[in-house]
Amino acid sequence: MLDAFGQPQSLVVLGGTSDIARAVVHALAPKRLATVVLAGRNEERLAEAAAGAKAAGVDHVPTVAFDAGQVDRAAAVVDECFAAAGGDVDVVVLAVGVLSRRELELDPERTAEVVTTGFAWPAAALTAVAARMKAQGHGRIVVLSSVAGVRVRRANFVYGATKAGLDGFAVGLGEALRGTGVAVQVVRPGFVRTRMTAGMSEAPMATTAEAVAEAVVAGLASGAPVIWVPGTLRWAFAVFRLLPPSVWRRLPG
Amino acid sequence: MPEPGPPYRPGRRVLRGWGRTAPTAADVVLPADEARVAELLADPPPGTGVVPRGLGRSYGDAAQCAGGTVVDLAQLDWVGGIDEATGEVEVGAGASLQRLLEHALPRGWFLPVTPGTRLVTVGGAVAADVHGKNHHRDGSFARHVTALTLATPNGVRHLVPGRRGRGAAKAEDDALFWATAGGMGLTGVVTRATVRLLPVETDRMLVDTDRYDDLGAVMAAMESGDDGYRYSVAWVDCTATGRHTGRAVLTRGDHARREDLPARRREGLPRAPGTSRLRIPRPGPRHLLNPLTVAAFNELWFRHAPRHRVAEVLPLAGFFHPLDGVADWNLLYGERGFLQYQFVVADGDVVARAIDQLAANRVPSFLAVLKRFGPGTPGPLSFPTPGWTLALDVPMGPPALGALLDRIDEMVAEAGGRVYLAKDARLRPDLVRTMYPRLDELQHVRRRVDPAGVLRSDLSRRLGLDLDRKEP
Repeated sequence: MLDAFGQPQSLVVLGGTSDIARAVVHALAPKRLATVVLAGRNEERLAEAAAGAKAAGVDHVPTVAFDAGQVDRAAAVVDECFAAAGGDVDVVVLAVGVLSRRELELDPERTAEVVTTGFAWPAAALTAVAARMKAQGHGRIVVLSSVAGVRVRRANFVYGATKAGLDGFAVGLGEALRGTGVAVQVVRPGFVRTRMTAGMSEAPMATTAEAVAEAVVAGLASGAPVIWVPGTLRWAFAVFRLLPPSVWRRLPG
Repeated sequence: MPEPGPPYRPGRRVLRGWGRTAPTAADVVLPADEARVAELLADPPPGTGVVPRGLGRSYGDAAQCAGGTVVDLAQLDWVGGIDEATGEVEVGAGASLQRLLEHALPRGWFLPVTPGTRLVTVGGAVAADVHGKNHHRDGSFARHVTALTLATPNGVRHLVPGRRGRGAAKAEDDALFWATAGGMGLTGVVTRATVRLLPVETDRMLVDTDRYDDLGAVMAAMESGDDGYRYSVAWVDCTATGRHTGRAVLTRGDHARREDLPARRREGLPRAPGTSRLRIPRPGPRHLLNPLTVAAFNELWFRHAPRHRVAEVLPLAGFFHPLDGVADWNLLYGERGFLQYQFVVADGDVVARAIDQLAANRVPSFLAVLKRFGPGTPGPLSFPTPGWTLALDVPMGPPALGALLDRIDEMVAEAGGRVYLAKDARLRPDLVRTMYPRLDELQHVRRRVDPAGVLRSDLSRRLGLDLDRKEP
C-alpha cells in the first residue's frame, strides 16, 4: 500500500532498463519498496538492472521481457507483471519510447515503428494497467512524457508527436479514473542526459536521470498531476506555447 | 439532531482518513442491524477483505480497505437506558460519543474516557482503545467497557472481561476481548458495547492553568502534580527554539461540583454541548499552514495563556474538545491533508530529543499535546503504556518530512516506545514488531476467529499485519 507520502511498497516499471527508470528505482528503494517488477526489451540489460535494484535493497525483483512493437501483447505483458508482483501493485511507472534521429528522412516504416513503441504500445498497456488498478481500488500510474510533446518541434517531431499523444492520453486517463482511488501523474522532463540522448546537442535547462527520479519521489508525495523537471520548465513552456511559429522555429536546442 | 458526519451512500466509494492522505476505493455497506453485520462476516463478499468504519476519525488508513468491503456502522447508533446504580449503559457500536453524552449528561453521567473529539463512535473507541486527559488516573476506554458483542467470521461472541470463571473458553474470550481493544477492527466488528459512565454533578470543569518557559519545567510539574487532578494535559510549542524549546501551557482540572459554581448556575440539569455550526466548506489553499503562520499562531496562543490561574470554571466542550467547534477543520490543511504523529515512550529524554529535532527542522507543528500515561491494558495492540505521549499535527510535506519522522520512530522504538496506529499513515513496516512485541498474541486470536483472513484494512496491509488470505 502507498503510505501518506505516496511511497510504494510494490512497483512495476514498464521500460525498466532505461536510465530514468533505474534512477527512479534507486530513489525509491531506501524508502518502503519491497517488490519491483522490471519489464524491458533486452534480457541482458534487465538482469543487470535487477541486480542493481537488489543491491539498492529491494528484496524481490522479478523481470519480464517484452517487445513494444507487439501492441496486441501489451495487455498480456501487464498481466504478467502484476502476477510477478505477487499481489497488489502500488505504482506503475511507464518509461517506454524511442527517439528517432533520422526523422527528416521521412521514412514511413521507421515512423510507424516510433509511433508504435512510443504511443500505441504504451496506450494499450496503460489501459490494461488502469483496469487492474481500478479493481484494486488504489494505485498510481506515473507516465514519463516529455516537454518535446508540449510543443512539438521540427528537430524531433515524430518522437515529439508520440509524447504529445501519450501525454494527452495519460491526462485523459487520469480524468477517467477520478473517483476510483487510482491517480495518474504525468512527468514532463526537459532534455535529460541519458544513454538515449548521448551524442545529441543539449537543449537549455538540461537535467539528469537522478533529478527526474527525485522529482518523481517528490511528486508521489505531493500527488501533483503534472511534474515538470526542472520545475522552471512549467513557466518556460507557458510562454513557448504562445510563441508564433517564426520565433519558435529559431529557438536553440 | 442529525448524527454528524457520514453516513455514506452504499456502493463503491473513495474513502480517506481524517488526515486525508491516502484515498482508496472500497464497497461501502450500511447494515441496518446486528444480524446483517453477522451475516456479512459469516459470508463475506468477494474482494480484498472486510473492515469496519465509524465516523472516519482515524487519521490514517485504518478504516479503509482498497478493493474490499467497508462496513459503515452508522445505522447501529442506538443508546440504551442507564443503570442508575452502576452507571452502565449499553450502546450500539455506531453511536457517537456526542450522542452518548447528549443522553447521559442531563442524567448526571459523563464519558469515562473521552478523546480530543466527541465525533468518534463507541465501536471506534474500542477498536483504537482511545485515551483521554485522565489516562494517568483512569486508563484507556476499554478499561470502562464491561461487555462487548463482536461479530467475527466464526460467529458472534458476547464478551464480558470481568466475568468470573475458569477454563479454556473463558481464557479464549478474555484474549479475544483484549485483542479487540485497540485491535483496529482486525478481530471482528464490534456491534454493541456496555460502557460504565462516570457520575458528575455539573456540565462545567474546574481548571488550573500554568505556563512554563521550557519543556523540563512542565515535565517536572506534571510528574509531581498530576496525581492531584483527574485530567491533565500540556500543550507544547514545538516550533519554539533555543531556550524556549518545548515551552508549554499545562491545564489540569476536574469536574466542577455544584458548590463550585456561582449560586445562579447551580440549578438546572447539566447540558451536553451541541454539534458545531461552523463549517469549513472546502480544502484551504496550499501553504495556508506553513512554518511562519503556525509559529505565529503558537506564539499568540502561548502569550495569551495566563502564567498561573486556579479554579477557573470552564464549559466541558472547551476543555475536552476545542476542535469540535469547527466541523471539517481538517480541510484547513488543504488538498494534501496532514499527518497526526503520536508516540509514547517511558523515557522523558526521548520526548525532549524528538521536540528538539522537530523544532530544528522547522516542522510547522501546531501546538502539540503532551501527557503522562498510567498503566496500559492487557491488549496486545492497545497503544497506551506508562510514560510520556506526544501528539502533533503536521501539514503533509516533502519526503524529507517522512525521513525525519522515520528517524524519530527509530529513536522511539529503540527506547521501547511505540506510535499510535489509529493515527498512523506512514510507519515503516519493520518497526511495528519492535513497537508492539506482543503482536503474535493478536495473530493467534485472529487465526481462531478469522481463519480465512477476511478482516483486513489498508493499515494492516501497509504494515504487513495480515494473515494469509485463504480463498473459499
